[in-house]
Amino acid sequence: MSVELDVFVGNTTIMDEEVYQFWLDGYTVNDAVKVRMEGGVLEECEASAEVLRSDTMDQYRTFQMCERLLHSPAKLANQLLFQIPPHRQAMLIERYYTFDGLFVREVLGKKLSKGTKKDLDDVSAKTGVTLKSCRRQFDNFKRVFKVVEELKGPLVENIRQHFLLSDKLARDYAAIVFFANNRFETGKKKLHYLTFQDFAFCAGQLISNWTVGALDNMVEDMDVDLEKEFLQDLKELKILITDKDLLDQHKSLVCTALRGKTKAFNEMEANFKNLSRGLVNIAAKLTNTKDVRDFFIDLVEKFIEPCRSDKWTAGDMRLYLTHYTNSAHILDTFK
Amino acid sequence: MPGKLKAKIVAGRHLPVMDRASDLTDAFVEVKFGNTTFKTDVYPKSLNPQWNSEWFKFEVDDEDLQDEPLQITVLDHDTYSANDAIGKVYIDIDPLLSCEAATVISGWLPIYDTIHGIRGEINVVVKVDLFNDLNRFRQSSCGVKFFCTTSIPRCYRAALVHGFVEELVVNEDPEYQWIDRIRTPRASNEARQRLISLMSGELQRKIGLKVLEMGGNAVVGYLQCFDLEGESGLVVRAIGTACTLDKLIPGTESKEPVFSEDPPHPLSVPPTPLRTLPSSSSPPPFSPSKPCSRQSSSSDTDLSLTPKMGMGSGISVGKEAGPLKTLLRQQAQSALEQREFPFFTLTCFPPGFLVHIGGVVSARSVKLLDRIHNPDEPETRDAWWEEIRQEIKSHAKALGCHAVVGYSESTTICEEVCILSASGTAAMLNPRFMREGSVCVYSRFDDASPPSCGFCHIPYDEFNMPFPAQLTYCYHCRRQKVPDVLFTTIDLPAEAAVTGKGCLIQARLCRTKKKAQGEVNATAISNLLPFMEYELHTQLMNKLKLRCMNALFGLRIQISVGENMLLGLASATGVYLSALPAPGGIQITGKTPSDLSYDQHISTMQKRINDTIAMNKELYNIHPLECIEEVVGSPIPDRQRSRLFRSTSESSDELSELDLSHGKKDAFVLEIDDTDAVEDIQSLLTDAPMPAGFYSCNTEVMPGIYNWTSGLQMFTSVRVYRLSNANLTNQGLNKIFTDLCENLLKSLYFKLRSMIPCCLCHLNFTVAVPEEELIQVRRHTPKHTSPILYIFPKNILVRSGENEEQLQFSMELCGESTSSNNQPTAKPSVSSSERCSPLPEVRSRSLRSTRSLPCGAPVTVVKMTPLSFLPRTRIVKYLGIINMFFIRETTSLREEGGVSGFLHSFIAEVFAMVRAHVAALGGNAVVSYSMKECVFMENPNKNQAQCLINVSGDAVIFVRESDQEAIPPLIMSGQPSTTGADGTT
Repeated sequence: MSVELDVFVGNTTIMDEEVYQFWLDGYTVNDAVKVRMEGGVLEECEASAEVLRSDTMDQYRTFQMCERLLHSPAKLANQLLFQIPPHRQAMLIERYYTFDGLFVREVLGKKLSKGTKKDLDDVSAKTGVTLKSCRRQFDNFKRVFKVVEELKGPLVENIRQHFLLSDKLARDYAAIVFFANNRFETGKKKLHYLTFQDFAFCAGQLISNWTVGALDNMVEDMDVDLEKEFLQDLKELKILITDKDLLDQHKSLVCTALRGKTKAFNEMEANFKNLSRGLVNIAAKLTNTKDVRDFFIDLVEKFIEPCRSDKWTAGDMRLYLTHYTNSAHILDTFK
Repeated sequence: MPGKLKAKIVAGRHLPVMDRASDLTDAFVEVKFGNTTFKTDVYPKSLNPQWNSEWFKFEVDDEDLQDEPLQITVLDHDTYSANDAIGKVYIDIDPLLSCEAATVISGWLPIYDTIHGIRGEINVVVKVDLFNDLNRFRQSSCGVKFFCTTSIPRCYRAALVHGFVEELVVNEDPEYQWIDRIRTPRASNEARQRLISLMSGELQRKIGLKVLEMGGNAVVGYLQCFDLEGESGLVVRAIGTACTLDKLIPGTESKEPVFSEDPPHPLSVPPTPLRTLPSSSSPPPFSPSKPCSRQSSSSDTDLSLTPKMGMGSGISVGKEAGPLKTLLRQQAQSALEQREFPFFTLTCFPPGFLVHIGGVVSARSVKLLDRIHNPDEPETRDAWWEEIRQEIKSHAKALGCHAVVGYSESTTICEEVCILSASGTAAMLNPRFMREGSVCVYSRFDDASPPSCGFCHIPYDEFNMPFPAQLTYCYHCRRQKVPDVLFTTIDLPAEAAVTGKGCLIQARLCRTKKKAQGEVNATAISNLLPFMEYELHTQLMNKLKLRCMNALFGLRIQISVGENMLLGLASATGVYLSALPAPGGIQITGKTPSDLSYDQHISTMQKRINDTIAMNKELYNIHPLECIEEVVGSPIPDRQRSRLFRSTSESSDELSELDLSHGKKDAFVLEIDDTDAVEDIQSLLTDAPMPAGFYSCNTEVMPGIYNWTSGLQMFTSVRVYRLSNANLTNQGLNKIFTDLCENLLKSLYFKLRSMIPCCLCHLNFTVAVPEEELIQVRRHTPKHTSPILYIFPKNILVRSGENEEQLQFSMELCGESTSSNNQPTAKPSVSSSERCSPLPEVRSRSLRSTRSLPCGAPVTVVKMTPLSFLPRTRIVKYLGIINMFFIRETTSLREEGGVSGFLHSFIAEVFAMVRAHVAALGGNAVVSYSMKECVFMENPNKNQAQCLINVSGDAVIFVRESDQEAIPPLIMSGQPSTTGADGTT
C-alpha cells in the first residue's frame, strides 16, 4: 500500500515558518523531515514520521506555487489564488529575499550573468550554502538588478517599492545592484577580510555622495552609475601631489592639526607624501572603467595596508582623513 | 421577453503571454449568452488590457436567464491563424434574479482554462433588469430563493414550511459522445462544464416552479448532486425543503411572532429531588438491550435490496400525555398527509418545530444502469428514487413518526452498478409550521415535553415497539419514556441538555467482493449490504459506549462500491444527552470459560476497556448526575395494550416483517471467540485518542463548547492510496482502512497544532474506490490492476478559545442565539473592517493596525465555511447560491508536480474562483460550503490526469458582532441553551 496522492489545502493558506526556512535553504523534503524530527516536533504532538513527511510535502508544494508570485511581490497582494493575510505576505517576501552574507560576498561585484550562474556550484561548495539556495539568491539579485536598471529616481526607494522589502534589506540590495553595475572587484585575497556589510556601507556612501542622484534629486538619471563629471573633476586633484609646494603646504597643515592628538603622529608625518600620492592617484584614475573595478583593491593596497603596518587605529584613520580633507579645502588652489 | 441582461467588460490583468515574440498579448473578449455573442475591441500588446467596453445588452426570457450562464471568453487576436483562447469565465446570473439577493456582479474574476488553470483575471460588471411577468403559465421561477444551508437562514423567519421538493434532469455525457473522439480535450471539457451549468440552471428553475406551486418563496437545504453514470449518461438531481420565508427587519428580530407563544423556558424538574426516590440502588449499567433492528425486505425485484435501519428505541407515552399526543398526531397527520413525502432536508430547526425523534431510517437499493434513451423523460431514475422514498416513508411510519427530517440522498456508481441511498431521521413535527395561517393553537402541547428533553421522548407507543429496546423514564423531566440510545442524522438541537462534550465517532469497514459483471455483481452487492450496515452499526454502538455517550447526531453512512470491494464509512458526533440513561459499559465474555489463561486474557481485555471508558469520561467531561436506574422493560402489561393508539395500520404490517434474530445476541456483550468480536475490540482500542486541545465533530456545533472565536479556517484534504496487494482479506483491509482514516486525522491534528485549542467541526469524510477504467484519462485502454482507495474529507476548523483572556470578551454564540438577539443592526458595510485573519481574535486585532501594503486595492478576504453561520458574527444578507462545476485536465502531469501538485493547485484554484465570485456579488463569506464532488482520474504512464470538482454554498455578507453595539449580557439572557449547558461550562 502506498500513498499515491496527499493534498491539504486551506482557504487561508497555512504555512509553517520553520518549513519555509528549510525550503529557502534548499533542503530536500527528506532532509527537512530529518531535521524536523531531530527538532522534536514529533514528541510534542505524538505524530509519526509519515505525518511529518506529508506535512512537509504539502508545505513545499505551497511554496513552489507561491514562488512565481514572489518574483514580483506586488502581485502577491492582488492575486486571487492564495488567501494570505498581509503580515504573512510581508514575512514571505522578506524571507524570500533575505540572503546569506557568505554567499553574497562571493558574487558581489560580479556580472550577474549566465556565466556566473554556472559557477554557482563552486560557490555552493565553498560556502556550504546549498546550490538551490544559491540559485534562488542569485536570481533574486538578478531580478532586482533588472527591474531597477530601467527605473529613475532613488535606488533604495525603487527597490523598496517594487519588491516591498524592509528598509534594511532594500539598502543591502541597493549595494548589491550598485556593486554589480560598477563591477567592483571584491574577490581578491586581500579583500577577503571585508564582510558584505563593510562593502554595503561603502556602497551607501558612494551612492549618496558620488552618483548623479546624489547631487541633484531632480536629475532623471539614477543612482546606479558614478557621475562622470565628478570623476573627471577628481583628476584635478593631481595637483596635490604634482605641485611640490602645494604638497608641502598641505602636509604642514595636516600635521599642525594632528600634532599631539594621536600616538601614530610620527608615522603619519613620515608617510604623508606616500599616502597622499596613493589616494590622489586612485581618485585620478577613476575615469577608467578598469580602475573603477579595482577601486577597493587599490584602496587597500595603496592606503589601508601602509596605515595598518604603521599600526594606526580606526580613530587615527578617521582623524587623519578628516584633517586631510579639511586642510585641502584651506589651500588656495581649492578655494 | 421579460428580462434584459447587461454586461460590461472593464479590464484584464495578469494575462498570460500569448505571443512569444513580443512577450505580450493582443486580447479581446467574447461575451455570450444563449445564442447571442458580442465582442470587445482588441486591446493590443498588453498583459493588462483596458477594454472599458460599452454595455452589451441581451434581451432574453427569464426562463433562459435561469438556465443559461453568461459565458465570457478571453482570446488572443492573431492576424494570420485562428485566435487562441486564453480562458473562460462562467457567471451564474441566478443571484441577480431575486430582489433580495445581489443586485450587481462586479469585480475581478479569474479567467479559467480547463488545461492551464487560472490565467489572469478579468474585471466585469453584470446587471439584470427584470420586468414583472404576470403570466400564470410561465415556465420560469425567478425570485425563488435557494439556500444550501440546512436550517432557516439567519436573517429570515420561517412563516411556513411546505416540505419536500425534488427534481432530476438527465442528459448524455458529452465526454462519451461520438464527437469526443475528434474534438480536443479542451472542447470536450468545456462542453461538459457548460452542459452541467445548463442542467443545474434548469433543475433549479423546475424546483422553483414546484415551490411556487406550493405557495412558497424559497428552498432551504438545497442539495444538488451529479451522477456521472458514464456511458449511460449524466444525471443532475436535487432535493430541498420548500418554505415561505419572511425577511426579518433588523431591530425587530427578537419578536418572532410564530414562536412568541412558546412558554418560557421550562427548566422543569431539578434533578435533586429524584435522588430521594427509593430505588436508587437499582442494578447498574449492564442491561442488555437490542437497539438495532434490521430488515432484509423481500423486495419486488431481486436487484433491489433495501436494508433498513431503525435506530433508537421505543418509548411509552405517559398516561396523561397519551391523548394529547394522539390529538397532536392527528393534527400533524392531516397537515402532512396530503404531502407525498413528508421529508425535510433541514438538520436544524426553529425551536418547537421538532416534537419527538424516532431514530434513523435509511434505505438502499442496488440498480443496474443502462443508457438513458430519452433525456426528456427521465422516468427510470425518477421511479428508482420514488421507490426508495416510499420505503423511507414506511420506515418512518413504523417508528410511529409522520415525518423524516435531516433527509439526504446519495449514490455510488461502479461501472454499471449503482447504489442509491437515502437516509433521514424519523420524527414528529409540530404541525403549526405547516399550516396556513400559522395560528399557534397547539402550542400548549409543547408544555407536555420541555424543549431540553422533549425531542428524546419516543414517538411510537411502548407496547408496539418496532424493535426491542430498553425504556426508562426521561432523566430530565421524569414524565415520559426515553430510549437508551438515540441515533439521528440531524444536528443537536440548540435547546438540548447535554452533559460533557461531544466527539467524532467513526465506524469503518471494508468487505471484499468477487469481481463480477451485470446482475451477478448487483446481487452480490445486495447480499453484502445488510451485513455491512449491521457491522457499521455495531461498531458505532460499541464506540459510543466506550466513550460513555448515549446519542449520535449527524450520522452519515457512506457505502461505496469498488470492483472487488465495498467500503463503509459511518461518521457521527457522539453526545451524552442528559435526558437519556447512562450507557452501560462493555462486557467481554469468552465461550470457553474453562481455560484459565484464556480467562486471564479476557480479564485484561476487560480491564483495558474499563480503563478506556474511565479515561474517556474524564476526557469528555462526562459526569452525569447520579440518577436512579429505573428500568422499564419492554414486556408490556396486557391491560394497557387496549388503550394504545396505533399510529397507522401500515406500521403494524411493517412490524410483523421485522427480523429480530439479531436481538438474540446482546449488543454489548462481546464474545471473544468470535473473530468479528476480536476485530471489534481491536478497532475499539486502536482508535488513537485526540491530542490535548483538539475537539472534533461532524455537526455544525460542537456539543459542550460554547466559546467560539471568529477565527476559522476551512480546508480540504484529499488522499489516494494504492493497495499493493489486491488479494487481501477482509480483516487486513479493515485494518488498512482504519489506519488510513486514523492517519488522516492525525495528520490534520499535526497541521493545526499551532491553533490549539481548536475544534474540527463539520468533518466530512468521503471515500471512493475508483474503478479501473475511471483511473484512466479518457480514450485510453486501461492498464492498471490494483485498486485505489480514495478519501477526501472536507472540513472546517473553528478555533475555540478556552483560555481566560478570550473568555472575558467572547460570548456564547451557538444555535439560535444569532437570530434571537435583538441588537440594532449595523449597516452592512463590507469594506469597512472585514479583513479577517485565521488567527485568534486577540492577535488579529493587534495586527489589523499594522496592515499597510502599499500596493493597489487589496483583495477582499472571503471566508469559507461548511457551517451555516460564522461564530461571533452576524449574517446580514444572503446574496444567492453558489454552485460551480469545474474540470481540470493536464497532459503534463509530471511537470505540474505529479498528481499531488496537480490536485493541490486545482483545489487552490477552485477556492480562488469561489472567493472571487462571492466578492463580485459583494459578499465576504460563503456559508454551508461543501465540495460535493471531487472525481480524480489519472494515467501516469501517459502523463495525464483529469479532475472534476463541484462546490456549492451560500454567498453572504456578515458583520462582526463586535462591530455592533452588542452587549454580551444581553446575549446571555436571550439564549435558552445556556441553562441546559450550565453543568458543562
